[in-house]
Amino acid sequence: MSRRRDLQKNLFGGTTSNARQFGMIFTLVAIIVFFQIMTDGLTLTSGNMIALTQQYAYISILSIGMLMVIVAGHIDLSVGSVAAFTGIVVAKAISEQGLPWPAGIALGLLVGALIGAWQGFWVAYIGVPAFIVTLAGMLLFRGGNQYIGNADTVPVPEGFRTIGAGYLPETGPDTGYNNLTLLLGLALCAAVVWREWHARRVRQRMEGAEPAPLWVSAVRLAVMVGVILFATFRFAGGRVGTSFPVSGIILAVLVIAYSFYTRNTAGGRHIYAVGGNARAAELSGVQLRRVNFLVMTNMGILAALAGMIFVARSAASGPQDGLNWELDAIAAVFIGGAAVSGGLGTVSGSIVGGLVMAVLNNGLQLIGTGADMVQIIKGLFLLGAVALDVYNKKQGRFSVIGSLMRPFRREPPRIPAPDTSTREAEFLPGR
Amino acid sequence: MGHALLEMRSITKEFPGVTALSDVSLVVRPGDIHAICGENGAGKSTLMKVLSGVHPYGSYQGTIFYQGVECRFADIRASEHAGIVIIHQELALVPGMSITENLFLGNEPRKWGRIDWRGANHRALELMRLVGLNEDPDTLARDIGVGKQQLVEIAKAFAKDVRLLILDEPTAALNETDSRHLLDLLRGFKQRGITSIMISHKLNEVEAIADAITILRDGRAIETITVADSGADEDRIVRGMVGRDLESRFPEHVPNIGEVFFEVRDWTVRHPVSAERLVCKNSSFTVRRGEIVGFAGLMGAGRTELAMSVFGRSYGVHLGGRIVKDGREIEIRSVADAIRNGLAYVSEDRKAIGLNLLDDVKTSVVAAKLSKITRRGVLDEAAQYHEAEHYRRTLRIKTPSVDEGVTRLSGGNQQKVVLAKWMFTDPDLLILDEPTRGIDVGAKYEIYGIIQRLADEGKGVIVISSELPELIGLCDRIYTVFEGTITGEIDRRDADPELLMKQMTSTKRMRSA
Repeated sequence: MSRRRDLQKNLFGGTTSNARQFGMIFTLVAIIVFFQIMTDGLTLTSGNMIALTQQYAYISILSIGMLMVIVAGHIDLSVGSVAAFTGIVVAKAISEQGLPWPAGIALGLLVGALIGAWQGFWVAYIGVPAFIVTLAGMLLFRGGNQYIGNADTVPVPEGFRTIGAGYLPETGPDTGYNNLTLLLGLALCAAVVWREWHARRVRQRMEGAEPAPLWVSAVRLAVMVGVILFATFRFAGGRVGTSFPVSGIILAVLVIAYSFYTRNTAGGRHIYAVGGNARAAELSGVQLRRVNFLVMTNMGILAALAGMIFVARSAASGPQDGLNWELDAIAAVFIGGAAVSGGLGTVSGSIVGGLVMAVLNNGLQLIGTGADMVQIIKGLFLLGAVALDVYNKKQGRFSVIGSLMRPFRREPPRIPAPDTSTREAEFLPGR
Repeated sequence: MGHALLEMRSITKEFPGVTALSDVSLVVRPGDIHAICGENGAGKSTLMKVLSGVHPYGSYQGTIFYQGVECRFADIRASEHAGIVIIHQELALVPGMSITENLFLGNEPRKWGRIDWRGANHRALELMRLVGLNEDPDTLARDIGVGKQQLVEIAKAFAKDVRLLILDEPTAALNETDSRHLLDLLRGFKQRGITSIMISHKLNEVEAIADAITILRDGRAIETITVADSGADEDRIVRGMVGRDLESRFPEHVPNIGEVFFEVRDWTVRHPVSAERLVCKNSSFTVRRGEIVGFAGLMGAGRTELAMSVFGRSYGVHLGGRIVKDGREIEIRSVADAIRNGLAYVSEDRKAIGLNLLDDVKTSVVAAKLSKITRRGVLDEAAQYHEAEHYRRTLRIKTPSVDEGVTRLSGGNQQKVVLAKWMFTDPDLLILDEPTRGIDVGAKYEIYGIIQRLADEGKGVIVISSELPELIGLCDRIYTVFEGTITGEIDRRDADPELLMKQMTSTKRMRSA
């Protein structure tokens, strides 16, 4: 393995992360810097960052579920409709049937699980392609939303709104910042440091595998802690009464939990196995149907959660909720490095992909671009990002990172095993 | 010796970091069948790609003379225009199109601007007669067997006025009958003045048909044998290919065979789709501890189907039969059951169903028994690494590290990864389906050694193979399978190819020893 690939791996972790994901982190930074300049610093103000988090938390929650669906080799077009359907059911149950709002949330998750299980049943046990099942679901649950809600909006009470529009409360001494947000930031820093230390320790236990050089760990930690601290002070230092949004916390918990599940458990690995080669997975003892069923069911639950957060944020459920969400979620997953054919992709990549789209959207709006142009630019961006990746794969290199990393290279690249020309095409980083 | 039809002089082809061909020269006389032999990665396919313009002029050094003229092919169309047609190992037919449509794909005969299907069908019949293909030209390509698909490919070459036909491993996917037919066909072409270049791993075929044999090793031409002068000698070819004497193609092994521990009785399975077709009929067999048992049979005889249906009913619909292991009858309903009961199945097609090609070496090795590296619900990455490293060392898997993607390994090393994956499940019985298909001579020898070591550890091993010498050289006992039935059981001492072949092609049950 060449020094360059080593470095990529050291700096960005995980062997399954791929080039598009590295590229996206750079793109994200570039876009943020670009809009920060173009908007005279408006992009990274407390208010904008908080608004951005609230606006995109539910899309990102969807993209976590969508990532797993796409990794398993499927697609889900119904998430927007499922979110809308769950939203109206919960809103009605709370405002008209008098259900207490915590019970309303439980009901929503149950509805989501049932819908997910319904779609999972057709996909996993009958064998109808998920594209068709969820296209049907898209119509079915959009219609269901309007049938139940009479195409009307139904308001939700104050308590319920916390999950979409709430903030961490103000407690403790007056520091000029939101104390809980500060604590959260510090905890996150500690977690990042612990994780790095733990990863190094695991690597050291593998004899023969050299851990990344210490300075690499140090640099990576410094950058991450820096970013976290910056964000912490921005989120904690906003207008009084605002702080880190509750929806952001829900998202963060889900990201950590699902990242862990997909990377570090047998169940998670089975999803990748099914998407990478279903027959091989089956012959290795993976229960194909069960995996497909669970992935679809999980998507239903997350879609329901996203729908409820949206309803809470807009204080009411309406017939237009969740329109085109599936497209945003799918775009985030693919920009984040997932393969269309399944088997590749990470939760964190999808979050970065979603963030790129969110910042792009937000930045364009801030500089006063019309909704028409925003759509056009987003469409071209999606196409460009994936096309660049496909092109780079054909060339067998990743030029952006490659050129950035070249100064660090000290030894000639390893000579690949002699074979035909096709071998070169397979010579991609991260695959 | 007349003028050469083709002369390639000092061809050197470099890829970034590798020299695939270095100073290779090749002379092909008109009307010859010229075989090219070499291990995987020796440069055979690259040489043919240079010749056919896949690697265009300018991307290699050296010169090509064809019919006395220097050629500078810019692409594959240019070489086809000159009458050089290459038929790749992976057939390039469109499965949902008819034979006629495939024959004229990209080259459709036109009349008044529209395709002249009447004329096309007429011409198709002519071409099909040339290659001895007896089918309705409207039959879809997917509905004819691999052997006939191969014939369609060759007919396609004739549609392009071929002078020099290049075949890359033409018989790799064919059964004995189809292979023989294809070789006869090549002999027939010779009469018509068509020259053939054939890349093949099957030395017995090369011996039977070639007029000249060029041996490549590590991107160099070792020698060209003119059969009329010196005769084709399999040992000489093998020596040339591997660069050393292969005293024996099988490692020395003294079997240490114990008691019968695995028994399948009256196993009957029907085809997954058609209800009347039985793929296994009352098959019974036993395996002893430390024993290597062979399953011989022609392609389509039902060996793979038998193995897969025993391995957790992963093929067909189970109708009857029992499995007894260690004296107890066991019920195996799923692959997970099979793995739990100590069964392992290494499939014949490692790329299609044996491996997840997106995985790296370490994740592949542990894939079939993740519970072994799971601690309190969490995968232990260090344990995974240690296990993978262990197999990398003991099986001598050639890879810079276990983090390497499996696609970057050679066929032989991929096969070792698959073996490691199943050894990792601690099986008592390993079923290996065509364990050495498509891998080179050196790697085969190592795989044989691994199989023997597994038997020495007291495991039972079943080897399914289409290569009779392999079964005879490796196995302690061989069952013959024909049309889903076990037709014979032959001890190693009595095994010879003729006897096996007889039982592989007849339902009459014989028993020896």
